[in-house]
Amino acid sequence: MTGSTAAPVRTPSDHVVRRALRNPTVVVSGLVLLLVVAAAVLAPLLAPHSPTEAVLDDVLAPPSADHPLGGDSAGRDVLSRLLWGARTSLLAGLIAIVTAVVVGVPAGLVAGYRSGRFDAVAGWVASVLLAVPGIVALLVVVSAFGTAMPPSMIALGVLLSPAFFRLTRSTVVNVRAELYVDAARVAGISPVSIVFRHILSVVATPIIIQASLSAGVAIIVQAGLAFLGIGDSLAPSWGAMVNDAYRSNIEAPLLTLWPGLAIGITVAALALLGSGLSDVVNRTDAVQSPRRSRRLAAEAAAEVAAAPKVEARTSDEATLVVEDLHVQYSRQDGTRAEVVKGVSFHVDRGECLGIVGESGSGKSQTAFSVLGLLPPEAVRVAGAIRLRELDLLSLGERSLNHIRSSRLAYVPQDPMSNLDPAYTIGAQMVETIRAHERLSRRAATQRARALLERVLIVDPDKALGSYPHEISGGMAQRVLIAMAISCSPDVLIADEPTTALDVTVQQEVLDLLRELQRDLDLALVIVTHNLGVVADICDRVAVMKDGRLVETRDVFDLSAAPQHPYTRELLGSTLSNVAPRTRIGQGSPSTATTEA
Amino acid sequence: MLLFLTRKVGAALSLVVVVASITFFMLYASGSDPVANLLGQSATAAQIETRRAELGLDRPVLTQFLEWWGHLLRGDLGTSWTNRQPVMATLLTRVPVTLSLAIAATVVAAVVGTALGTLAARFRGVVDVVLQLVVVVGFALPAFWFAVLLSQTFAIRLGWFPAVGYTPLVESPAAWLSSITLPVVALAAGVTASIAQQVRNSVIEVERRDFVRALRSRGIGPGRILVAHTLRNAAPAALTVLSLQFIGLLGGAIIIENIYALPGIGALAISATNVGDVPVVMGIVLVTVVIVVVVNLVLDLLQGLLNPKARTR
Repeated sequence: MTGSTAAPVRTPSDHVVRRALRNPTVVVSGLVLLLVVAAAVLAPLLAPHSPTEAVLDDVLAPPSADHPLGGDSAGRDVLSRLLWGARTSLLAGLIAIVTAVVVGVPAGLVAGYRSGRFDAVAGWVASVLLAVPGIVALLVVVSAFGTAMPPSMIALGVLLSPAFFRLTRSTVVNVRAELYVDAARVAGISPVSIVFRHILSVVATPIIIQASLSAGVAIIVQAGLAFLGIGDSLAPSWGAMVNDAYRSNIEAPLLTLWPGLAIGITVAALALLGSGLSDVVNRTDAVQSPRRSRRLAAEAAAEVAAAPKVEARTSDEATLVVEDLHVQYSRQDGTRAEVVKGVSFHVDRGECLGIVGESGSGKSQTAFSVLGLLPPEAVRVAGAIRLRELDLLSLGERSLNHIRSSRLAYVPQDPMSNLDPAYTIGAQMVETIRAHERLSRRAATQRARALLERVLIVDPDKALGSYPHEISGGMAQRVLIAMAISCSPDVLIADEPTTALDVTVQQEVLDLLRELQRDLDLALVIVTHNLGVVADICDRVAVMKDGRLVETRDVFDLSAAPQHPYTRELLGSTLSNVAPRTRIGQGSPSTATTEA
Repeated sequence: MLLFLTRKVGAALSLVVVVASITFFMLYASGSDPVANLLGQSATAAQIETRRAELGLDRPVLTQFLEWWGHLLRGDLGTSWTNRQPVMATLLTRVPVTLSLAIAATVVAAVVGTALGTLAARFRGVVDVVLQLVVVVGFALPAFWFAVLLSQTFAIRLGWFPAVGYTPLVESPAAWLSSITLPVVALAAGVTASIAQQVRNSVIEVERRDFVRALRSRGIGPGRILVAHTLRNAAPAALTVLSLQFIGLLGGAIIIENIYALPGIGALAISATNVGDVPVVMGIVLVTVVIVVVVNLVLDLLQGLLNPKARTR
């Protein structure tokens, strides 16, 4: 919701209108609605007969030149009733949404802007209204105020108003928190004019969207009441037409079709207009379908097959070998972006490799490639990734699942978002263990408990029964590390394992990782942007920039004598005791990048 | 958990009281004279006066209001103004019909909607486009029209199901199923579409979350991730939609019952409204609000079970 600082007021301005006019859903549904409105307005001119004129000879008459859609059970012209019925339906929709907007929007503005007691009371009233079954409430209104259409539609408008109230209120609450409203208040602009100038312009679009949906609901409800015979029995309406068709259903099945189509088309046009507009406003209209990316992936796979296979050049005894890895993503315009451009490295058991680089350098993409966890938008992966004898890139999902955890494990960046909030820690650990080993639930729980002790969690039994939201970030990261080593893997890939943690906890987690690596003889890969982490734990460092490995060195060599200018920059920007310290971008303009 | 429960039950009770009271005042103090409606246009002023006195309508509204609540606490909803039957007894025979219709439709909508939504989220492409179409059609076509169409096609033309009437479950399960199939389909169609839409969006949203990738990284199979994790985390949002939809569904049931001549509260509601049988309308409002409140309470509790955070809060 936070707008950019450059454009403080997001008005439904020209460019939204222009984008709306380019959106086919909006244009087509808008045109259909215009047609319905035109039919209603011009009904007296268009209708060949009076909608209430009953001619005995025309009872259930088949379509003819005089009666294009035939006659109904009372001998009235169906087409004329359809056209006049549009008036009733549109008027009903209009009355209901005007009422809903008049009741809901001002209440929402006040509740959102002032909060406090009014907010509480109005919120409660809204929840009461939402819990009332609409038809029943309308029947009560009809019993109390008679069968004419307007009172029942006003009542329906009141019942629909909570949606407008909630929408307005939440938008106002969000907007009020934004800086420009504060600025306006400080500048001494009165609350009323703040509401009108800044807030209404933001609220307008979602209200229009909600109104188009509500109008559809109102049209259906009015038709339902007319169908039940509640309402002005003389005024032609689509609901009454369905009722008439229902009572004479054997003789003329088409009679059901016409009013149904009229209601369906009108309401569908309203609904599509609403969803099309919301796509335009939220810019969700340009999302690429996975189908398209699958097609691109298939094309890319063909290219990979055609490309010469990379032969192993590094020592075959290394546990994990990555050779000339390329990863491409498809862009929306159909071109592809290569995020990893020919990366090669290897790690052995008992060794720790750090992959460093700023965000966007391709280091996480490299890690996900090894794990086979690239998102579906990654359309092309080429090169070779080998875990001992296994060619990981050629493995299917099923074989990969077999290897994951038992040979290849992963510690993610943000521990809290990487645990399923719906399950206890114990349940998630047991699930992982039992996915790989034939253990009873009890034995798996025993193992989970031992693992939690191993990662130095003080009260493992309590942790097993806790939900993720009940534990701290540092503890969650220990849990994830415990899960990663639960099936004794050979290789552990940790993606920024300390970035999301408090500084005090970071060191503990690093110590734990180092200790586990030593004890379990792990091949450890740590992806990080933090050279402090690298210096602390890694044996070798691979420096990445713009998708390429610029330098792979022993960690001591690297800090003592960095070869690549980019490495020198990285070192210069973090360590205070390194001699070659230049300002980023000053020495070599080509490597100057935006803030990482 | 106990606090959670007490608060929910308290809110539910206050809702029943408020809605019933508002309805009472709308019906008894709206200005229009229900007795004049009841007796028709030919009634003389003296006849109307006599009848008003007979029904106790000549006393102050507040007295009548307190009396109504007093009777209610003893399980008495008064007697119908037209056929002099006790309202409570009438409702007790009719409510089970409406409830079985509404609950069956809810279950069908939940199961089918979840399946469709998951399919659309998983396969996108054509399946997704078809689902979007079904959702729009389900929203745009009124349930009563769909019910008329189903009745004309499958009951009257093909004769596969009875066009009207209801067989109680205890009498013959097969006949019950047959009598309720078309109404349930008609009623469930729109709700199914909105559940499917919600499940689709939630599944897509949950699948983008980090923990799903973390689960994959631990070698958990895709089927298990979908059922135990994705759908599990998508369920609360779908349940919220379901509880809102149930309210509309109950209203829809009233119309559908009229089409299939099911002896639920629907037909009663329409006739009572048309003749101005105020005690019956009052009873129906009370019963529907109680049903809505109870169902929402159950769904709330289910929500608490599904969402560990909601419980501790």
